[in-house]
Amino acid sequence: MSFGEIYDIAGAGMHAQTIRLNTVASNLANAGAAAETPETAFRALKPVFSTIYKQTQEGQLSGAHVEVSAIVEADAPLDMRYEPNHPYADEQGYVAYSNVNTIDEMADMMAASRSFETNVEVMNRARSMQQGLLQLGSN
Amino acid sequence: MAINLDAALGIHPQTLDFRVERSKMLAGNLANAETPGYKARDLDFKTVMTQINAGMGHDRSYQAAYRVPYQTSGDQNTVELGKEQARYSRNAMDYQTSLTFLNMKISGLKSAIEGQ
Repeated sequence: MSFGEIYDIAGAGMHAQTIRLNTVASNLANAGAAAETPETAFRALKPVFSTIYKQTQEGQLSGAHVEVSAIVEADAPLDMRYEPNHPYADEQGYVAYSNVNTIDEMADMMAASRSFETNVEVMNRARSMQQGLLQLGSN
Repeated sequence: MAINLDAALGIHPQTLDFRVERSKMLAGNLANAETPGYKARDLDFKTVMTQINAGMGHDRSYQAAYRVPYQTSGDQNTVELGKEQARYSRNAMDYQTSLTFLNMKISGLKSAIEGQ
């Protein structure tokens, strides 16, 4: 019996969701940031999840772990606002703001925290299963 | 008269092992609920039981099968969160049931040994 791997899987899930929450936090913090040039403007960060299967003993099935394989920048267009009096305005009077979509980020934040909780529940349940096994025959 | 412990405990140790393996698989599905392209897997209780009933014993080589989703999603992920949670929860209860049976078997043996 391999309870250990259940903890690993739930832990990997929690870790991945934490990274996702981190990116959401930095996106929201930089949501209204103006940049001197469009090249230096902040672009929303998005984690890329992927599945990894750990090497196991012969005949044993591996559980599906999750990991963040990369963090990429969102390719949505920048928010160009017409503000001719802004110090960062270009010749046409436009200022480049970050491409963070606040509503998307809020939804992502909810999904990430729910997903985190799911993994916590998985871990709690596995723990109570193991506890039951340890107390076998004690009453 | 010797007591054969394996025979005395019956099928429950094997189902317990199966339940742990299955919960590992379902935990993987839940962890990958938002991974693009992930295909949900599950273990089938019936094939394991058939194996044991056929007298082949229990060799712990479980076969994982891919789940057929009720609805497909845009990112080709086949985890359906609610269903998966329900399965995980039920599997844990089934584990608890096997554990209870095992406990009863053991306390039965205990009172037979102690003779009171």
